[in-house]
Order: sequence, then structure tokens, then C-alpha cells
Amino acid sequence: MATTETKKIDAKIPQGALAEKWNNYKAHQKLVNPANKRRLDVIVVGTGLAGASAAASLGELGFNVLNFCIQDSPRRAHSIAAQGGINAAKNYQNDGDSVYRLFYDTIKGGDYRAREANVYRLAEVSNSIIDQCVAQGVPFAREYGGLLDNRSFGGAQVSRTFYAKGQTGQQLLLGAYSALSRQVNKGSVKLYTRYEMLDVVLIDGKARGIIARNLVTGKIERFAAHAVVVATGGYGNAFFLSTNAMGSNGSVAVQIYKKGAYFANPCFAQIHPTCIPVHGENQSKLTLMSESLRNDGRIWVPKKKEDAEAIRTGKLKPTQIAEDDRDYYLERRYPAFGNLVPRDVASRAAKERCDAGFGVGSTGLAVYLDFSDAIQRLGRSTVEARYGNLFQMYEKIVDDNPYETPMMIYPAIHYTMGGVWVDYELQTSIPGLYCLGEANFSDHGANRLGASALMQGLADGYFVLPYTIQNYLADEIRTPRFSTDLPEFTEAEKAVSDRIDRLMKIQGKQTVDSLHKKLGLIMWDFVGMGRNKAGLEKALTEIKKIKKEFWSDVFIPGQGDDLNTELEKALRVADFLEIGELMARDALVREESCGGHFREEHQTGEGEALRHDEDFSFVSCWQYAGEDKEPTLLKEELNYEFTKVQQRNYK
Amino acid sequence: MGLFIFNSSIGRKLIMSISGLALILFLLFHSIMNIFVIFSPEIYDAICKFLGANWYALIATMGLAFLFVVHIVYAFWLSLQNYIARGKERYAVKKNAPGVDWASQNMLVLGAIVLGFIALHLFNFWYKMQLQELLAKLNGEVLHVEGAALVQELFASPVYCLLYIVWLVALWFHLTHGFWSALHSLGGSNTVWLPRIKVISNIFSTVIVLLFMAIPVYYLIINLLG
Amino acid sequence: MEKTISIHLKIWRQRGPKAKGAFETYHLDHVSTDSSFLEMLDMLNEQLVGSGKEPVVFDHDCREGICGMCSLYINGHPHGPDEDITTCQLHMRKFKDGETITIEPWRSHGFPIIRDLMVDRTAFDKIIQAGGYVSINTGGIPDANAIPISKVKADEAMDAASCIGCGACVAACKNGSAMLFVSAKVSQLALLPQGQVEAARRAKSMVAKMDELGFGNCTNTGACEAECPKNISITNIARLNREFLAAKFQD
Repeated sequence: MATTETKKIDAKIPQGALAEKWNNYKAHQKLVNPANKRRLDVIVVGTGLAGASAAASLGELGFNVLNFCIQDSPRRAHSIAAQGGINAAKNYQNDGDSVYRLFYDTIKGGDYRAREANVYRLAEVSNSIIDQCVAQGVPFAREYGGLLDNRSFGGAQVSRTFYAKGQTGQQLLLGAYSALSRQVNKGSVKLYTRYEMLDVVLIDGKARGIIARNLVTGKIERFAAHAVVVATGGYGNAFFLSTNAMGSNGSVAVQIYKKGAYFANPCFAQIHPTCIPVHGENQSKLTLMSESLRNDGRIWVPKKKEDAEAIRTGKLKPTQIAEDDRDYYLERRYPAFGNLVPRDVASRAAKERCDAGFGVGSTGLAVYLDFSDAIQRLGRSTVEARYGNLFQMYEKIVDDNPYETPMMIYPAIHYTMGGVWVDYELQTSIPGLYCLGEANFSDHGANRLGASALMQGLADGYFVLPYTIQNYLADEIRTPRFSTDLPEFTEAEKAVSDRIDRLMKIQGKQTVDSLHKKLGLIMWDFVGMGRNKAGLEKALTEIKKIKKEFWSDVFIPGQGDDLNTELEKALRVADFLEIGELMARDALVREESCGGHFREEHQTGEGEALRHDEDFSFVSCWQYAGEDKEPTLLKEELNYEFTKVQQRNYK
Repeated sequence: MGLFIFNSSIGRKLIMSISGLALILFLLFHSIMNIFVIFSPEIYDAICKFLGANWYALIATMGLAFLFVVHIVYAFWLSLQNYIARGKERYAVKKNAPGVDWASQNMLVLGAIVLGFIALHLFNFWYKMQLQELLAKLNGEVLHVEGAALVQELFASPVYCLLYIVWLVALWFHLTHGFWSALHSLGGSNTVWLPRIKVISNIFSTVIVLLFMAIPVYYLIINLLG
Repeated sequence: MEKTISIHLKIWRQRGPKAKGAFETYHLDHVSTDSSFLEMLDMLNEQLVGSGKEPVVFDHDCREGICGMCSLYINGHPHGPDEDITTCQLHMRKFKDGETITIEPWRSHGFPIIRDLMVDRTAFDKIIQAGGYVSINTGGIPDANAIPISKVKADEAMDAASCIGCGACVAACKNGSAMLFVSAKVSQLALLPQGQVEAARRAKSMVAKMDELGFGNCTNTGACEAECPKNISITNIARLNREFLAAKFQD
């Protein structure tokens, strides 16, 4: 069992009433004057919504920014794939929305495992994000009157989601990318594309630079700065199959965790209910179908097991199942929210039906998302206008026409709420090291609501970090630029080179992907939607075995100091093994069910998640203790001063 | 402002478009004049006389020549740049996407064919008409070549008729793309008008080419019926 | 249920931008027709790595058709023979058993090869950096609904903005022209009131950068539009021409 320390973790939450905290903070924080900003360097790793918006905003302020990404262009970051929308408390629809309600929905949606102050700030700045994006030329959907349109999303009773067709993430990212490009043109941001950060460099306990590998030449390079910001996304690819991009990885989080940053709530991973089911063993990723589909699609499985059986063997078609023989299980179980329950609830309900033998598709691991009602009610053209691009995507992948036969969907790993621990200022437990967006753990608690990831990424990058980082940098104005010849850099670079050498020398028999797939299966089976003590313990031993296999039998062709895609993957998989272990460990400790974390031992009579607030109302913060040593668990207590903690109820 | 017609891609295209459209306008007039050779050789000869060794006709001819030279020089210049932009290695397998006109991919080749025939055409007619009249004028003589007779004489040969028909087919292809493309390059197109200008372009090119083609076809038939 | 095919692959291999490249042939059995094209290449690479060889290098990331990272010129078409999709969404059911598939990198002076099928498209970033933005700083922005924008215009801007910057337009163009890419960005911003303020400057500087980087002159063949995975219309090119010429004549 993990050692637990009771060291108090200070999140540096400002004093005052909830609605005053952020204003109080801004009013009293330290700032850096314009002449000094030029003398301060900031490294930003990642160019997704959080990274690009932070790099651009810091550049605008006058800091000297170095911005890194592993892709060939900042515009490729996986934020681009977000489909549905971005939330904001504008209340343009006059349907009773407010900053408080957005805050409340997010806290409740996160199953009371998020910090109140952070979430309130998020809801507060959400409106500015929309203003900012519109001014950048983001073509949000509009009404005929020329004003912005909204749609509704899971876990909310108001329509507060702004969208740009089914490509909202793309449009927001391109907005941030254009702001970033403007700074590159001005010279305040220097871009390093096709570079992968491999370690952080600490000098006197403060983050002062990074070691990165040029992915084209394979050379290891050193970069120094006064502060380091990481915005490198989530670690969902530990499952191998996920809705993440192929390159999405959790390596930076692991690197800084090993240098002393806490890793918070690693077991909180979101399983998205509407993905295209797995088709075969050579599958490389899972494709998400936007949650917005649940606005008009109805989810069902056959009521009778024999019908489900017949569908699986191809003897029956879904359209042949009579209305009365269909089980619209979400509408049945949750009449108030129906098909629009939060993601964790919808995912678990699908798993429950499939486990009970009612699943469809050739594998039995799928449920129907049916648009026939919507097509009848609204007409095919309206449905096409709303979801045409998604339907087309589905048809290209599955070769089935969703206008005629219902779509098949199944849950898949999508987003990780857990991540690097940060305080109110988004600073990790290492001074001068900040973490933004999905990479941090901050705002979504145990479950993220739809259309909130974009909101958080941009809030962090545009409106939070540019303030809070100055509170740190104000004390650094007398610190001259660092030389990368310092022993700390040499040492960090050597550690990175040694690790690469070690990997290259193994010359074993198994490919990186085959080992990654093995890890993925363990993760999905035991650390996935339903978790239990025995399973998690098994996962821990299995992951250790795979780790051993990996470090003794992996085969990487080519050279370490050359373009080498297999080596890139190997370095990431090595870190996924660490994350997988940490997730299982955290899930084992958290003996309750909350949000995306479902412990089968802890459920209500009706199969709903059962929280234990007395014992688990805390953020688990894992502190690295060394290679092959069990990490230490620290706890940040969550105090709900402004909201009444309740059992979530979507009935 | 002025330099952009040399050093910017859209500026260069502007010159291609304007010279191209001006040449199309010339073709329109030329084709209308030509048709008289069938109906009324007298009027045709009068037009020839009007456009003979006169100062205005001379200026127009020089202007026309200038347009041709600009259009051709720019065509080669742009094509060379485009060839370089394509890169050294070529695709091993290349298929045309549906909806891409053959003509649009082969404008330089079509243009070269048209140019070759223009040289022949100048030798057949301009050399024997306006140039001779000018030379005569320089010597202080007055000469009026009877164009209609010249036309009849040339197209008495079915080979020439066929050559001219081939030329006009190449011209038709060149025009069908050139006309709408010029308008497009000038910015005169949008989602509504793009299909329209393509249709207009096709009709216009067909009318001009039919007017021209009527003459060799007419003589071919007459001579065959003979 | 699962159908599989055998295929022959003819793939361009090249060590670096200056190195000489050549086609190599491979054979793959048991390729599921439900697999995506890139999953087929994953299979090939697993086979290559399994036998101690270096894998074929190609760009790819999101595998859902939006990041624009994947490229590949497949059997004479950028992003392969299917319409309106990127290579990652191309599925093996589009190919026949026993077929030979030729895979080449994007070929254009503006996109030098890095290795095998991976090309350098930073030229696109440079064009955007030259002016593909609205010059505003973070914060101090009027309310999002302060300026109503006609739905028609907003939708048209959205269509232009859906460009993923993959470079298929350049790869398809016999002139190696980047006009469709540039025009999509210029159009998106020219259609919106927020972008109109600096429309003239933007058109001029983006076109100048495009020319400087050695992309060809557009001759309106329309191959870019036909091969564009996102259906960007060439009417955007006409709009760019308009914007550019108007800007130049104003000077």
C-alpha cells in the first residue's frame, strides 16, 4: 500500500468571497514592467489551445517566448479535433444561465472533486474567451439576425455552447494559432516545431530550462529560460486505443513528476460514450462522434436478448426491431436528462447493457444511436445541416449510412481530468514550472462536462497564466539569462542521452507498438470503465511485467541521433508504463466511485456511482520517490465553502 | 504599385488576363469581319481596304502585336516559374481529378499550337496584304490587295481548309479555359457566378470559333461539291 | 464477417532532402478492408520493424481527418482515390485484392522531402505568419454580439476556414501553386467585419510571402478544389485576386 503523508498542500487560493477571489488576486499580484519583460524568457511547451494562447499572450505582453511542439506546425495540436463546442456563461439565450450556474454545473458535473475557486474563475473568464475568439475572426455559428447561436450539451439545462459547425476545436485552435503566428512575425515568439521535450532542467530548485530532441536530426538540444510552461495535453493514449491523436502523450508530465512535481488524480480518465466501435486488432485509434449528436439521437439496445443475439450474428437488422422491443435505457433511467446525461453516466450505462448481453454489432460491444425520430420530426435536411459532416465521417469509416440504419457507438477513452498538480496560479509544485490545459488536473474534478475542455485550455492560456506567471517573474527581473553550459544542463542532457542509448541498445524482439497494445489491453480491462480491487492489483503486477519486458526486449531499428519514429514512440511508451501504474495505484487507493472513476465495490442499489465524501474529498497528489520505489501520496483537502455537496442526480 | 505586374504572381496573372481578354475581343471583331467573305466579298474587300495601309490600322496592328508578344512572353515566363515550383521529381503515377478540364492543364501546348498557326496565317494573309500595301506606300505607290480573292485562292486547297480547322479546334480549347479563367483571375467570380462565367465562356468561344470555322468549312464543301 | 485482401505496395523511400530516392516494393497479406490506409501502413511498418528494418516514415497524427498532418500521394491522387477525405480516413475497402498501390510524397518545390513520405510544410506557417490573422491583443475586446454578422457571410467564412493546411492543393497543382490555401485564409477574414480592417495589408503580405517561398502561379485548373479533402472552393481564389488587386490599385 502506498505511503500516505499528511503534509499540507497549499493551493494558494486567495481570500474573500468566491466571486471576489480572482479580482482580489489580480488587484494585489505583482506585475513586471514593460522594460523588464523583454529581459525575461519563457519556454512554452505545446501549441494546443492552452499552449498557443499562452505563448501568444505572453508574446503580446512583451516576454521573450520559446514555443515547442512535436508536430510540423503548431496548428496540428490535438485540440484541433474537438468537435462540439465551447461553453460560456453569456446567457445570450435568456434561459437562466449565469457565471454561478456554469460554475455550479461544472462542480457538480465533476462530482465534487474540483476546487471551487478555480472553477469559479473558469466560469468568470469564459465570457471573455468568446469575445476574444470572435475578434480573432473565429466563424462561430450565427442566427439569421446576425447574433451568435448556441446549442445544448450534456450535464446542463441551459444552451450555453458556442460552436463552429462540428469543428469548434479547429476554429478555436486556428484562432490561437493565428495570434501566435502574429507574435512569431513580430519576433516575440520563436517557434521550434518537430521538437520533443525530454526533460526539465532545475537550477536551485527552480525550473530554468528544458532538454529537447530535434525530431528531424535526432540531436539533443538545451534551452534556457526564466520560467517553463508545459501544456502538453492528456495521457489517454496509455490505453493505446483512445480518441487522442497518435502523437498525444504524457511524457512531459512524467518527466516533471520525476523531477518533483506532484501528479494529481491520475485515475480520473474520461470515457466518452459516443465513439465508433472497435473493428479489429489492427485498429490504431478510435474516432469520436460529437456529443452534440445526443441532442437529437436516441440511444437504445434491444429489449430482448435473443434480438441482440440475432443482430450480432447478422440475422436481424436494427430497423427490423419493433419500437416496443427497443430499450431506450438512458431515457428510462434518467427521465430528466434523458440522452443528455453527463458522459460518465452515459458510458457506464452503455457498458452495463453490453455486459448484460444486450450489446449489438459483431462484437456485442456497441449500442445504437438512432436518428430516425429526429429525421421524421425535423426532416432529413435539417438533420443533415446539423450533423452532416459527422454522418459523412461515420459513413466513410464504417461504410454504413446513418440516415437509414442507426449509428453504432461505444465508449472510448477520451480525456484525462487528472494530470500535473497545480495551485491557483497554475504553478506546479516546482517553482517556475507551470502547467496548463488538459495536462494539469485543475478544473474538471472527476468528470469533465462536454464543451468545457476548450473553455479551460483557452482560459488558462489567454486569461489566467499571463497574469499569474508575472507574480513569479516579478521576482526574477534581476536574474540574468542562463547559460546552457551550466552543469545542471549538462547533467540533464546526459541523463536523456543515456536513456536513449539504453533503449537503442536493448535490440530485443518485440516492437514498440506490440508492447503498447499489451499495456492498452490491461488498462482497458482493469483500469477502464469499471474497476475493482482485485483487477487493479492484477493490473499493477501485469504493468510491472510489461515494463520489464519493455526494458529488456523492445526492438528499435535505426540510430538514436537520427530521425527515428520508432524511438519517439518508445520514449513515450516507456512513460505510459509509468502513468499506467500510477493510474492503477491511484484507482486502488480511491475506494469510492466518483465521476469517471467507478469502483464496482462502491455503487448504489441502482448501480449509480457512490461517493464517500468523508474519506475521499481530496485531491490525490503523487510524489515521485525514485525508480522502483512506491510513490508517496499527499492530499490536498477540498473544502466546499460555497456549494452544497450532494449526490449527483440526473433523474 | 506598378512593379507588382512583374514581381507578384497575381500581378502577372493580371497581365495574362487583360492581354488575353483584349485578344479575345480582337478575335470577336476579326471573326465578324471574316464572315462577310462568304456573304459579300465586296464588303469584305472594303473592310480590307479600310484596315490596309492606314495610320490607324497600323497603330492597331502594332497594338495587337504588342498584346500577342506580352501574352506569349508572360505565358512562357509563368510556365517556367510553374515548372520550377513543381519541383525536380515528378509523380510516377498522376491522374486527373474529376472536374478538371483537359484544356486547363494544357494551355501552354494549346497556345503553342495556336501560335504556330498564327505564323502560317500571317504568312498566308498579312504578309500578302497589309505588309505589301505598306511596302508599296513606302515606295509612294497605292496598292489594294483584294482579300476575298486571296481567301478563295487559299481555301481552294482542302489541305489548308483542314489545317485551319485543326487550328480553330485548338483555339476553341484554349478559349474555353482562357476566357473564364481570365475573369476569375481578375476577381470576377464567386459561388454564383463561377458556373455562369464558365457557361458564358463556352458559348462565347464556340460562337467565335464557329464564325471563323464557317469559312474553311464553306470553301471545303463548295470545292468538294465543286 | 471480416474481409481481407492482399496488396502490393510501391513506396517512395528517400533518406533526406538531398539524397536520391527510389521506389521500393512490398507485399502485405491479410489486410482487413475495414482498416484505414494508415493502419495498413502501420501493419507494413510492424512487419518491417519485426524483420529488423527501418519503418517507412510518414506524417500522421489525429487520424480523424482534421489535423492536416497526413499527406501521401496515392495512386495518382493526393489523399488517395476517395473523395472529400484525408489519407487517414481512406479505407482499404477502396482497393481491390491483388492491387498495386503506388505511394509517393507530396512533390513540390515548396515542400522539400524530409524522409521517405514526410515533407516539410513550414512554408504554410510562414505564409500565415506574414498576415493570416487579425492584429488584436488578448483582452479589452467588445462583447461578442456587438457586431452582428450575416449568417450567410459567417457560413461562407466558416467554409473557407475549414482548410486544414494539409497541402493537398499544392500537391495536386501542376503549377505547385498555394493559392487555394492562401485564398482560404484571406477569404475567411475578408468576409468578417473583424478582418476587414486590415484586409488590404493582409492580402498583399500573404501573397508576397507565398511568391517569395517559390510557389507557382495559379492557372485556374481547379485540381486543387477537386482534390481538397475539405472542399475549399476556388471562388476563394477569385476573392483573393479581388482583394489583392483592389489593394494594389489603392496604393
